[in-house]
Amino acid sequence: MSTYDQAIKKYDPVLGLETHVELSTNSKMFCGCSTEFGADPNKQTCPTCLGLPGSLPVANAIGIESTIRIGLALNCSIASYSRFARKNYFYPDMPKDFQTSQYDEPLCSNGYLDVLVDTDEGTKTFRVEIERVHLEEDTGKLTHAGGATGRIHGADYSLVDYNRAGIPLVEIVTKPVPDTGEYAPLVAKAYVTELRDLLRGLNVSDVRMEEGSLRCDVNLSLTPKGSKTWGTRTETKNVNSLRSVERAIRSEIERQSLELDKGNKIKQETRHFQEDTGTTRSGRSKVVAEEYRYFPEPDLVPIAPDKAWIEKLKKALPEQPSIRRTRLAKEWGFTDLEMRDVATLGGVDLIAQTIEQGTSPASARKWWAGELSGHASKADLELIDLKITPTDVARIDALVNEGKLTDKLARQVIEAVLNGEGNPDEVIKKRNLAVVSDDSALIPAIEAAIAANPDAAAKIREGKVQVVGVIVGAVMKTTGGSADAAKVRELVLKTLGQ
Amino acid sequence: MSDLTKLSAVELSGELSKGSVSAVEVTKAHLDRINSLDKSVQSFLHVDNAGALKQAEEVDKNRKENKKVSALAGVPLALKDVLTQKGIPTTCGSKILEGWIPPYDSTVVKNLKNAGIVILGKTNMDEFAMGSSTENSAYFPTKNPWDLTKIPGGSSGGSSAAVSAFFAPLGIGTDTGGSIRQPAAVTGIVGAKPSYGGVSRFGLVAFASSLDQAGPFARTVLDCAMLHEVMAGHDPLDSTSINQPVPDVVKAAQLQDVKGMKIGIIKELGGDGWQNGVLNRFNESVELLKSMGAQVKEISIPHSLYALATYYLIAPSEASSNLARFDGMRYGLRVDDGNLSAEEVMNKTREKGFGKEVKRRIMIGTYALSSGYYDAYYAQAQKVRALIAQDLTNAFKEVDVLISPTSPTTAWGLGERVNDPMAMYLADLATLPPSLAGIPAMSVPIGLADEDKLPVGLQIIAPFMNDDRMYRVGGAIEASLKTKWNGLLIDQAPALGGAK
Repeated sequence: MSTYDQAIKKYDPVLGLETHVELSTNSKMFCGCSTEFGADPNKQTCPTCLGLPGSLPVANAIGIESTIRIGLALNCSIASYSRFARKNYFYPDMPKDFQTSQYDEPLCSNGYLDVLVDTDEGTKTFRVEIERVHLEEDTGKLTHAGGATGRIHGADYSLVDYNRAGIPLVEIVTKPVPDTGEYAPLVAKAYVTELRDLLRGLNVSDVRMEEGSLRCDVNLSLTPKGSKTWGTRTETKNVNSLRSVERAIRSEIERQSLELDKGNKIKQETRHFQEDTGTTRSGRSKVVAEEYRYFPEPDLVPIAPDKAWIEKLKKALPEQPSIRRTRLAKEWGFTDLEMRDVATLGGVDLIAQTIEQGTSPASARKWWAGELSGHASKADLELIDLKITPTDVARIDALVNEGKLTDKLARQVIEAVLNGEGNPDEVIKKRNLAVVSDDSALIPAIEAAIAANPDAAAKIREGKVQVVGVIVGAVMKTTGGSADAAKVRELVLKTLGQ
Repeated sequence: MSDLTKLSAVELSGELSKGSVSAVEVTKAHLDRINSLDKSVQSFLHVDNAGALKQAEEVDKNRKENKKVSALAGVPLALKDVLTQKGIPTTCGSKILEGWIPPYDSTVVKNLKNAGIVILGKTNMDEFAMGSSTENSAYFPTKNPWDLTKIPGGSSGGSSAAVSAFFAPLGIGTDTGGSIRQPAAVTGIVGAKPSYGGVSRFGLVAFASSLDQAGPFARTVLDCAMLHEVMAGHDPLDSTSINQPVPDVVKAAQLQDVKGMKIGIIKELGGDGWQNGVLNRFNESVELLKSMGAQVKEISIPHSLYALATYYLIAPSEASSNLARFDGMRYGLRVDDGNLSAEEVMNKTREKGFGKEVKRRIMIGTYALSSGYYDAYYAQAQKVRALIAQDLTNAFKEVDVLISPTSPTTAWGLGERVNDPMAMYLADLATLPPSLAGIPAMSVPIGLADEDKLPVGLQIIAPFMNDDRMYRVGGAIEASLKTKWNGLLIDQAPALGGAK
C-alpha cells in the first residue's frame, strides 16, 4: 500500500485554502499609479505607494466594487459597514511597514463554492465554505542577489521593486473543509480551478498563477480516524499552479502521517512548496503568536455600500461557471466528463471563442483539449498562456476541412505558431506546408508506391479496395505528410482500375 | 517703508496692492530680520533665502503684468517643518529624516503657492510634533521672544516664535492635541485649529492621523482668518477631507460683534492647579464678553476629565504605526556598516534616529495596540473619545461657542519640565477635548499674567464646520482689547536684541 493510501486509512485530512487575487484595475488600490505587469522596476510608483512621509491613501472604488462582486459570486453576505485596518509588521518590501488590509470588518463573509470531483462512487459535489473575502494592498517584490538559494539568508544584497506595492489584492479564505478523505487533493484543485474560472468570468483579474495574480496558500491538518479534535495545521505557501495545489496537499498528507506514525507532533509552521521535488520544506515557525497590532486605518473612511447598489451588482453578475458549463455542454454535445476535462484545463472560454469563429465543437475540443493541452503541460503553462489564439485555431481547423492541411501538417503549423513564427497563414507560406493535391506532383509517388507494394496492388486490382490504405500510407510517407490523403486514395484507385 | 516687519498681513496686502512696496522688499525685510535676530530665538530649521526671493519676484511680476493675484500674494510666511515642500528639506524636527528632500508639495503648500504667499523657510518643532515646548526638537530648542529663557510652546513653537518675533506676519502649525493653540497662547499671538478635515492633511507628516490638523498663526484674528481661508478646502487626495464649502471665517473675523451670542464656560477647565494670572485674565474676558452683549453660562463637559488619558492612548497608538516607515530602507538616516541584516539596519536606525519622547510614545502605542491589551486600552479610549464628542455636541445645543483658558499656565522655563512628561502633558489639558472631538478651536491673546507678565490665551471652541463662530468671538474680543491697550498685546513684547 502506498504511503498516501496508508495515511488516508488512518487519518482524515482537514483542508483550508487562502487565495490571493490581484485585481486587474487600471490603477493601484490607494493611488493613481498604473498596475501594468512587466514595467521596469520602481517606475510605477508615487509618494503614496512608496509610503513617503506625508502621503495619504485614497481608496479605488473599482477595487471595492470588484471585491463585492467576488463576494456576491461566492454567495457571501456583504457588510453594510466595513473598514480597512492596518496590519503592522516590519519588512523591507512594505513601504509603510504596515499593510492596509481588513481585519474584523471584511467586505464579504460567509459564502460557499460547490465543486465537483470524480470519486469511486461517481461524481460528487463538495461544498467549500467561504469564511471571508477581504480587500488589501499587495507588497513590493524582493529579489535576493548573490546567494546560492535566492532566499534572503545567504544573499549578498536584496533589491526591492515597489511597482507591485499597492496593487489591489483580494484575499479569499475558506473555512476548514473536513470530510474530503482521499479526495482532499482533488477537492482543493477543483476549488482553485472553479475559483479561477469564476474570477475570470467576473473579469476582475487576469488570474494568472505564474505571474502571481492568483496565489494560493494551503492549510492542512490530519485527524486520526475517530478523533473529534482536529490536528495541528501547517500552512504551505508558494503553491503556484493547479497541479501544485494537488501535489502539495498530497505530499503534506504523506509527510504529516509519517510524522504522526512516528509519534511526533506536527509543528505549527509555514512551509514552502518546491516544484522540483513536489514536497514541502519547513519555513518560518509560527510558535510565537503573530502580533500585527491591527487597528482601523484612520487615513481612510469606512465603506458603507448602498443596499440598492449591491442588488444591482448582484443582478448584473455573469452566469456562474458551473451553470454555464452545464448549458454549454448541452449546446456543444459534450459529455459531463469531457466538459469537466475542458474546464480543468481552463479551456471553456477558448473553446467557446473558437466555436464562435465557425469551428465545430468537437473539433474545437480536439484541438484545445487533445493537441494544445499537451503543449501546455510540457511547457508547464496554462492553455490560455500559450501563444496561440482561438482565431488561429479556427483558421487551422478550417484549412484542414478544406483539405489544405493534413492533421500532421496542422500539428506542424501549431508548433510554428507556438514558436512565435506568425499566424497560421504566414507559417504555411514561410515553411511551405500546404497540402499537395496536384495530380502531376503526386503521380510519380503513387507509381513508386505501387511498384514497392505489388501484393497490395494486385489485391486492389482484384477488387479488394480496403487494402488501398497500404499504398496511400506509403505515398503519405514519401511526401512527408504533405499530400492530400483523400486525393491520393482517389488517384491510387484510378491508377489500379477501380 | 522702514518697518515692514511690523505690519500685519492685511496691512502688507494693502501696501502691496497699492504698489507702494514690492513683494521682494517685503520678503527681504523679513529675511534680514531673521538672519540678524533668529540666532537668539532659533525659530527656523531652514531659511530658504533664494527660494523666498524667487517666489516674491514672481508675485511682483504677476502684479506688474496686471495678472489677478490673491489678497495675500507677496505676504511672507513661516512653515512648520512637518509639511512637505518640494525640494526643501523636511525633518519634522527629527534626526531620522535629516537630509530628506521631499519630491512633492503638500496640499497646504500648494494652496499657499497658488495664493502667492512667500514661504520664508521651515520652522522648528518638537520631534514629530510630540511635545509642548519645542525642546524635543532633535536640533535645538526654540526660545520664547517674550523671554528667551522661556519655552515658546509646542509642538509648533518654531512658527509661534517666528510670528511673535516679527520674522513673519503669518505662520503655519499643526495641532494634534493643542500644538497650535498652546504655542499661540504662550507667545501672545492668534492660532487656530480648523475642524478636522477642513484643511487637507496630504503632505503633513503624520503623528496621529485621526487628530492631526494644520492651521494658521498670525498676530491678528483677521490675518489668521485670511490664512485659514487660503489653506482650507476639500482635497480629493485626503480621504478624510470634508467636501463642504469653507466657513466664511474672514467675514466672521470682521464682524466685531457678539451681541446675543450664547457662550459656555467649560466648568471642568479651570480652578485648582491653574495659574492665578491665567484665571484672572480669563475671568476678565468673560466679563468683557458679557459687557459686549453675549449671554454667558457655565456648562459641564463631564468626560473632559478623561481627555488626557484618552489622548495619550489614541495618539501614541496611531503614532506607533505612522512612524514605522522610518526604517532606514528608503530615505533619511540609515545606520549600516555593510554587514548588518535588514532587521538590524531597521533596529539600529530607529534606535539612533528617534529621540526619547518619540520612543516613549511608540512604546506606549505599541503596547496599547497589542493583542490582549487592545480592548482595555485602544478600544476603551475610542469609546471615551465618543463620549467626549457627545458631551460637546450636547453643549452646543445650549450655546454657540465654548470657552476656556487655552493652557493652565503661561510659558515655563526652558528645561523645567523636560524630565517630567506628565507636567508637560498637562499643558494640553484644555486643548485636548476639541481635538478628540474633531471640532475647531482657536486661541486669542487676552493679556499678561500678573505673576510673570507673560501672555495668556483664551480658547474659543465652535461646533464642527462652524469655524466662523470662533473667529467672530475672537475678532470681537481682539477689537475690544485693542482699544483698551491702544494696540495689540504683541506690541507690548520686549525688543529682540535691541533691534525693535
